[in-house]
Parts: sequence; C-alpha cells; structure tokens
Amino acid sequence: MIFARDLVKRFGDFTAVKGIDVEVAPGEAFGFLGPNGAGKSSTMRMISCVSAPTSGELRILGMDPVRDGTKIRARLGVCPQLDNLDPDLSVRENLTTYARYFGLSRAEGRRRADELLEFVQLSDRAGSMVEPLSGGMKRRLTIARAMINEPDIVLLDEPTTGLDPQARHLLWERLFRLKQRGTTLVLTTHYMDEAEQLCDRLVVMDGGKIVAEGSPRSLIETYSTAEVVELRFPDGLDFNADYAAKLGGIGERVDPLPDRVLLYADDGDAAVAEVQRRGLVPSSVLVRRSTLEDVFLHLTGRTLVD
Amino acid sequence: MLTTLAARRSGRITRAGISPARVGAVIGRNVGALRSGPSYWVVLVSGFFEPLLYLLSIGVGVGALVGDLTVGGRTMSYAAFVAPAMLAVSAMSGALAETTFNVFFKIKYAKTYEAVLATPVRPMEIAFGELAWATVRGSLYTGIFLGVMVALGLASVGGALAAFPATVLVSLAFGAVGLAISTLMRGWQDFDLLTTGQFALFLFSGTFSPVHNYPAWMEVLIQVTPLYHAVELVRGLCLGTYELGLVGHAAYLIAMVTAGLWFAARRMERLLCR
Repeated sequence: MIFARDLVKRFGDFTAVKGIDVEVAPGEAFGFLGPNGAGKSSTMRMISCVSAPTSGELRILGMDPVRDGTKIRARLGVCPQLDNLDPDLSVRENLTTYARYFGLSRAEGRRRADELLEFVQLSDRAGSMVEPLSGGMKRRLTIARAMINEPDIVLLDEPTTGLDPQARHLLWERLFRLKQRGTTLVLTTHYMDEAEQLCDRLVVMDGGKIVAEGSPRSLIETYSTAEVVELRFPDGLDFNADYAAKLGGIGERVDPLPDRVLLYADDGDAAVAEVQRRGLVPSSVLVRRSTLEDVFLHLTGRTLVD
Repeated sequence: MLTTLAARRSGRITRAGISPARVGAVIGRNVGALRSGPSYWVVLVSGFFEPLLYLLSIGVGVGALVGDLTVGGRTMSYAAFVAPAMLAVSAMSGALAETTFNVFFKIKYAKTYEAVLATPVRPMEIAFGELAWATVRGSLYTGIFLGVMVALGLASVGGALAAFPATVLVSLAFGAVGLAISTLMRGWQDFDLLTTGQFALFLFSGTFSPVHNYPAWMEVLIQVTPLYHAVELVRGLCLGTYELGLVGHAAYLIAMVTAGLWFAARRMERLLCR
C-alpha cells in the first residue's frame, strides 16, 4: 500500500526526515512512534500527498504522489493532528461538504454522513455547530470525515492526543473495527499504550531517522527485558547513582533515574532477591512487565526534545 | 527515479486539470455555511448597506446642495453621478470582504483549506471556487443596488441591464486581487492597511467628483489605481455614454482577474503544500 525508499524531506536548511525506508501491507495497522520533532508529521504529510518529498522514492497505492496526487488522495482518509473541522458548518454539513470534495453526489454524501455519524456516535449532534463539541466529539467527527470516501488507507496523526481516557477507549474501539473491516491504518503517536493497542507493526523515529522496527512484542524482546524492577530508596534523590553502581551486574541493565532506579531483568523476582542479598533496602519495590515505553525511552533517550 | 527528479524540479505536487465539480464543491461549502446557521447571513447582509447609505447621504443629501453636474457634455443630477460609483464600490467591497476577511480566516485560523487539500481538490480549484463565490456575493449586492437606482430614477432599466455584467467583472477583478492579498497577510493588523487603502480608493476614484477636478499629477495617479477603472466602466454603461475608453477600463479589470488568480494559486500552493 505504501512503499518508501530513502525518503527525505527538507525545509530550507532543516532536514525533518533523513532518509527512511517504510513498507506497509494491505490491512495492516502501522505506527510511527517518536518524540516531538522526530519527523513523524512530515512523513505523514508526504504520505498524504500534500507535501512533496525532497528526494527518495515514494509510492502510495502503487502510484507516484507527485504525478498522481489527486488520484491517490481520492483513496486516502486523513485525520490531522489538530482538528481542522469547518467552524462555519454544522456537524452533518461538515461531512456532506467533505463528500462533495471527493465528487460524491449529494444524496450519497447525505447517506454516508448519517451512517458515519451513527458509527462515531454523534447522530444526536448532527445539527449542532462544531464549536460547542467536546475534544473527543471533535476528534470522532474528524475521523468520520476521514472515512467519507471509504478510503483504502486511513492516516491518523496522533489520534488521541489530549483526549480523556473514556474518549480514547471509544476511539480505539472504533479504529479497531475499521481495521477489522480491512482498512489499512497508518498512525503516529507518542502514547505507547496506543501503539500496543492498535499497531501490528511500528517504527520508532528519532531525529528524522528510523531507529527500530517491528511488532510491539518483538521490539520489547529486542530492546528490553521481559520484566523491569523499579526500586525507590529513601535517600534516593541524592544517591541513586551510587545505588546503581552497587546494583551493577543484576539483570541486563541498570538505569538510575532521579526518583528511582530501574533494573532490566528477564526474571524480576530473582533480581529482587539479589538486591536483598547485597544488603540494599529499598523503600519500595515494583516488578512489572516491560512495555513499549521502556523501549521508546531506551531508544530515544530521556532528554526533553522541545 | 522519476519521482526524485520531478519533486526537485517543481517542489510541489503537480496538478491535474481543473475539475468543475471540485470548484463547485468549494462554492458549495459556502452555501453550506449559509444553511448551517445565521452568522454568515449577518455578514452577508451587513456588507450591502454601506454604499447604499453613502448614496443616500452624499448623493441625495449633499447632491441637493451641489445641484446638477455636467460631465463630458452631459448634464445630470449629482446623485445620478454618484450612484454608478457606489454601484462599483458595492461590487468591490462585497468581493473584497469575501476574499480577504473570510479567506484569510480560513487560511490562517480555521485551517479550512488544509482539510480541503487532503482531498482531490487542488489550490487552483480553491482559488476558482472562492473567487466565483465572491463574485456571486458582489453581484448580489449590485443586482439589488441597481434595483434601488432604477426605483430612485437614478438609472434607466436599459442602463442598469448594461451595467450589471460590468459589475460582475468588477467583482471578479477585486475578488481575484483580494485572494492574492490574503495570501500575503501576516495577521489582522494588515487589515488596517487594507481598509485604509480601500477607503482612499473609495474617496478619490472619481466617485464623488470627476477626476479632472484634481491637480494633473493626482489625476494621473488615480488613473493608475483599480477602482477608477471600475467606476468609469460602470458609469459609462449606466449613463449610456459608450466610447472606446470603456474597452480600456474593461481590459484593466480583466488583467486584474488574471494576475490576481495566478498569484493567489501559486501562493496558496506554497503556503499550504509545504
């Protein structure tokens, strides 16, 4: 569905995307993970054919976005990071107007609008203007709008950023249904739980490059251990680095943070036993399974990017 | 690596031909805004009254003090002199309001066009659609305004019918230039500049007195600016003084349409398809 080879996007002196290779298969849910400024949105804009690649090869649905942009866009659904719903139009008119941009007849536009409002549970707000809607409702409407042309690929740029847990779960459930229908999903996110929920396969981007690729499970296996032990010490704020030194050799990796020390080990309980054997007395111990977040932080570092 | 070459050469997505259906959809969006609620109606209706109020206060009111006027060998009431100018002004302000305030808001704040460009619609189609809509708005104003002029005895029915197509051209010309201007706007403060410029045109373009009343240098300056040509064309047709000069005025306005559209579509592509 999507094929990119050595894809580069430059804005003046700034290179947002520094040569990435991506392949997305039909029906797949594919994720771009990365901190802010990693080049995710620039990549999405190139895939959605509104921004031309600076160099490299890009094929969407087997076509060239520079030459066949109009044809490709006709088969894409785009849900941008910031809602750009039309504030002058009612909820339903937002959908019917959008349908016209794709060349659908008025009757067909109305039919699909009503169907999609049902799908995203907004039927009772059909006549409302956009402004009074909550963030979650706006996002659902944006997703409904992205589906008005029954797209082959739906592109979602940080679909649940800023939403409350209820809204996120409803959205995930709707996206999961879309996927079950065979729609290819491509999304960016910096929420690890979202990536684990939705993505079959993902790439981690950092500084315009892809630093890792695989399924959520395989990424955890490759870049982290099965379990993580979180240790807090009473005087840890000042001495976590010293504790980390004393913990050396337990598990595969020791990561001292300002407030706690992380021990990466395949057997968490054995690691805890070893800590106690060395006579260290943490004030709290938590053994948990490794998550994508551990992979993410390991790969992209802990420093704030912006 | 055709893609690479093409991307480097043009730096933007090439456009297939203009699709009338997609231009229609861009116009349809504005009709949808009218259907969705009262706010856009308020904007639309309020824009009509300004030139009408000027016609009544200055044309008719001040006109009573001024008396008759002789221009180009023809004598007419002052109101009959001012009315065609106000007609041209209402076309200008209707089209400009649409393509500057509304289009700028859609580019900068509502991000309306970003959503539109994620569909098969191209920047050129947006430019065409918005211009067509602005022209509909301007022509709606002038249509009603001509009705008022005929009712007040300030224009003959024949004159009104002849002038109407000219007012459509005036709307097109100012609408296209307005589109180009709104792609250059940095923020609302720039609208103060635009408003001032528009008001200067409104006062001096042969609207309230014939341009040859001004010093020669000013007359020349005025003849370079756009509203002068719009006023002269519309007035000539209203009063039935057909002369070759009218063709020149029309040509000036057509040039505005072409240059404005070309520039606006290019800028929109650069602003929105980065």
